[in-house]
Amino acid sequence: MPKIRNFSIIAHIDHGKSTLADRLIQTTGLVSEREFRDQILDTMDLERERGITIKSNTVTLPYVRPNGEEYALNLIDTPGHVDFSYEVSRALASCEGVLLLVDASQGVEAQTLANLYVAMEHDLTIIPVINKIDLPSADVERVKGEIENELALDADQAVLCSAKEGMGIQDVLEAIVERIPEPQGDLEAPLAALIFDAHYDSFRGAIIACRVFDGSVKAGDRIRFMSNGAVHKVEEVGVMRLKREPRKVLKAGEVGYIIAGIKTVSDVSIGDTITLDEDPVADPLPGFREVKPVVFSSIYPVSSDDYPSLAATLEKYKLNDAALVYQKDSSAALGQGFRCGFLGLLHLEIVQERLEREFDQSIIMTVPSVQYRFTLDTGETVTVENPQYYPDPVHIQSTEEPFIRASILCPERYMGTVMKLCTERRGQNPRFNVPIPGRVEIIFDMPLAEVIYDFYDRLKTVTQGYGSFDYEVTDYRPSDLVKVDFLVNGERVDALSIIVHRDRARAWAVQVCDRLKEEIPRHQFKIAIQGAIGTKIIARSTISAFRKDVTAKCYGGDITRKRKLLEKQKKGKKRMKMVGAVSIPQSAFVAVLKTDKE
Amino acid sequence: MVSPHGGNGAKAQAIPQDAVASNAPAGLYVHVPFCRGKCPYCDFYSEPSPALASRWVDGVLREADLYGDLFSRFDTLYLGGGTPSFLSGEDLGRLLSGLQRRFRWESSVEITLEANPDDVTPEKAALWWDLGINRLSLGVQSLDDAMLGVLGRRHTAAQAAAAVEAARQAGFTNLGLDLMWGLPGQSLAQWRETMESVLAFSPEHLSCYELTLEKGTVFYQMACRGDLSLPSQAQSRLFFTATSRFLRQRGYVHYEISNFARGDVFRSRHNQKYWRHVPYLGLGPSAHSFDGRRRWWNARSVETYCEMVEAGGWPVAGREIPGPEERRLEALMLGFRTREGVPLALVGDTDRARRAVTTTVSQGLLEVQRQRLRPTLAGWLVANRLPLLFD
Ligand SMILES: Nc1nc2c(ncn2[C@@H]2O[C@H](COP(=O)(O)OP(=O)(O)O)[C@@H](O)[C@H]2O)c(=O)[nH]1
Ligand code: SF4
Repeated sequence: MPKIRNFSIIAHIDHGKSTLADRLIQTTGLVSEREFRDQILDTMDLERERGITIKSNTVTLPYVRPNGEEYALNLIDTPGHVDFSYEVSRALASCEGVLLLVDASQGVEAQTLANLYVAMEHDLTIIPVINKIDLPSADVERVKGEIENELALDADQAVLCSAKEGMGIQDVLEAIVERIPEPQGDLEAPLAALIFDAHYDSFRGAIIACRVFDGSVKAGDRIRFMSNGAVHKVEEVGVMRLKREPRKVLKAGEVGYIIAGIKTVSDVSIGDTITLDEDPVADPLPGFREVKPVVFSSIYPVSSDDYPSLAATLEKYKLNDAALVYQKDSSAALGQGFRCGFLGLLHLEIVQERLEREFDQSIIMTVPSVQYRFTLDTGETVTVENPQYYPDPVHIQSTEEPFIRASILCPERYMGTVMKLCTERRGQNPRFNVPIPGRVEIIFDMPLAEVIYDFYDRLKTVTQGYGSFDYEVTDYRPSDLVKVDFLVNGERVDALSIIVHRDRARAWAVQVCDRLKEEIPRHQFKIAIQGAIGTKIIARSTISAFRKDVTAKCYGGDITRKRKLLEKQKKGKKRMKMVGAVSIPQSAFVAVLKTDKE
Repeated sequence: MVSPHGGNGAKAQAIPQDAVASNAPAGLYVHVPFCRGKCPYCDFYSEPSPALASRWVDGVLREADLYGDLFSRFDTLYLGGGTPSFLSGEDLGRLLSGLQRRFRWESSVEITLEANPDDVTPEKAALWWDLGINRLSLGVQSLDDAMLGVLGRRHTAAQAAAAVEAARQAGFTNLGLDLMWGLPGQSLAQWRETMESVLAFSPEHLSCYELTLEKGTVFYQMACRGDLSLPSQAQSRLFFTATSRFLRQRGYVHYEISNFARGDVFRSRHNQKYWRHVPYLGLGPSAHSFDGRRRWWNARSVETYCEMVEAGGWPVAGREIPGPEERRLEALMLGFRTREGVPLALVGDTDRARRAVTTTVSQGLLEVQRQRLRPTLAGWLVANRLPLLFD
């Protein structure tokens, strides 16, 4: 029976996490050299391009020590963005230790810190690993200094390696075995397993990745999800070795998968505890949190004919991403579509890109919104996350918007710029911590609406990449909200409407009017674009008419070529949305969402 | 070998007669692919040497043989180019008599020859007249020698005047002059002066083309380098409207975007066929044909063209059968180029179509007259977009 180690890798983007994972997989012989493919863990294109791991993958590495002892090393991969911090915390909760990977030439970077804190909170063993020592610019001594001073870890313990060149990989493996504690757990106790990931397989249903803390689970068992009481019969358990490998049983301390014919993915929530229906554990594992969408946006097909296809696609997509919620929506400008809820803006972007790339949908998304609360003169309180349902202003008594506790971690020298950014974004009540010398944690109460948009990008800019950001929604606070509408030649484009704080309304309106002006092609008439609160115009721009488009000669009989040109233009027009007599291209709706590049 | 008939078999069966949509007599176009030199703005296909001319005549007649009586009868023949006036009397005579024998002709046929002024001598003009040519289209382009130089033309204003004189003397009573505006450095006043001088010739027909930059031409390259000062959009709008006003005041009918006739009888009978979806047969390299249902076009180079027909095959490079939607788009595209516009029925009477009509009329682009949707001057200025407004 091999001994077990459960670990994860924490690294700043590009410090070599994927390369090291590949190297470990290869060195332990999980795949043959021939099968070895770079970046094995990151299977989705999208992830590779964005340099982040969205859906964690887990793999069990068989490792035989030089002395012959056999180990099963469970490498649990973690997603790398604030929207997924909860998933990260669940994945880390399933480990006993982490490798903290630091680039030997770049040194310690801010992004590493947030996850490092989570690891520290969970009391995990942290093994500093200095990677890329093959680089001529590698400066191991400086990096050791940073590990010592900025992370307060023992740098003498750091393992040196080059994932790319395959140097020091054995040392990494030995460190995992020697320093990370063996998982504890009571095999005789009732089953308690933590769900840290799940994805959908069209044949088998939900595939749950979990860490068994106590007891054991095997095919035939009836398992219960403690958060909702749903009971399913286990069809198969096993471990992930690039492919699923069935086992008779998953025991305390082990990491593996469970298949239980679960067709309703919403039954499976990350962070939930699985136990046995007959012999349930008294208390669920700590830390479960229901994931609630905080950002909302509508998705419309570019061509209205594609609505049924979009509907079918969302249904399929949802199977792999339980965090996405959606319902039907419709707009006068864009036709039939769906209102969707996301964990955050990154989640939104990922859904958008995957729908377009993997599922080949041409979609238009509306400006993201948070959930606002309105108290009406009838005393009734309504929650609105879709500007379309903004109540009649004459009946609004008071308005509230969600606030977050924003925590920004950065080197001291950026404190000023970060403070300024947060204040601009209506941040209140700043607090400070100094968790490690030279670093500050800046905490603000901020409206969620101010961060869903481009806050993270801005933060990265003002801190030159050193700022990390985390947030949690705390409460609702009174706010002065208005709805801004946009009119194109007098016709309201409902899909562009937005609910914003009064102070921000004008700037937003000006920006959108300018963007639309850039994106909407000239027509044979002048187009007026206006931003308005109610009937009051607060911003405007104009697209002048094109003056001339005529071909001098049209004979010699080559009609075909000219018609083909027209057909091409006609196709382009089909991809546009008609608002009154104006054709608005998809790009205009997209441009409105683009962050400001200052 | 591609055949416009869709196969190599018996051609008579391949295209049923009823495929020819219109009863109107068809037009015959012959592409004469020879020019003395290459004008820097022109992207037409042409060979600089007439060495191949006689082989080309044989080729065209061979090609004509292939069509038999597919087109029941013709009432126009248009020799375009290239520079048809460049052909020797002998080649031209052989071509015309050959075509006359091979096809059925209406009793009154419009036979047009495109001519460059430097080719027109009293003798040649007389010869053309004797060969049955009854309409000349003279590539005058400008009556300003400086402009003619810029255009790389090989004639002067005086030569142009002499050519007109020679044509009139030979008996031509249907004379069309081709002019160009929007030339590099040209002012509106200069252009008006050219028009004024041209009217002194009392031409029956005028084509006034805006200079267009075509990819692959010398002018195009110059424009890319910024070496060509062309009028702005606003200026060229002005040129267009001023031209129309000026010529209409002088009694010309502005019947197509670039074409004017001194009375309806002098419209180009042949060119109207293109705009009216009437069948036409194009012979010669790069010529295009339309039988009322299908469109096809010939190989571009004289060499290839000749080789193909000499081998007994069709010199066809491509073909297509436009579907109903495509034909409708063509009809809109072509119709909106003409003063008559399109029948209202063509845009349909769905709510959408009605809305589009109301909008375009209120924008002053089109007007409704006698159940037809006719472009205004403002509409012509955006003629390329008009079809897109009705789908
Ligand atoms: N020179 C060198 N380059 C490395 C090493 N490890 C990773 N890289 C390179 O660093 C870049 C980022 O690596 P990757 O594993 O994708 O980083 P991740 O974003 O942390 O997953 C890639 O171009 C790798 O080839 C190493 O040990 N030495
Ligand atoms: S403009 Fe006429 S003469 Fe000049 S190259 Fe073109 S076809 Fe030949």
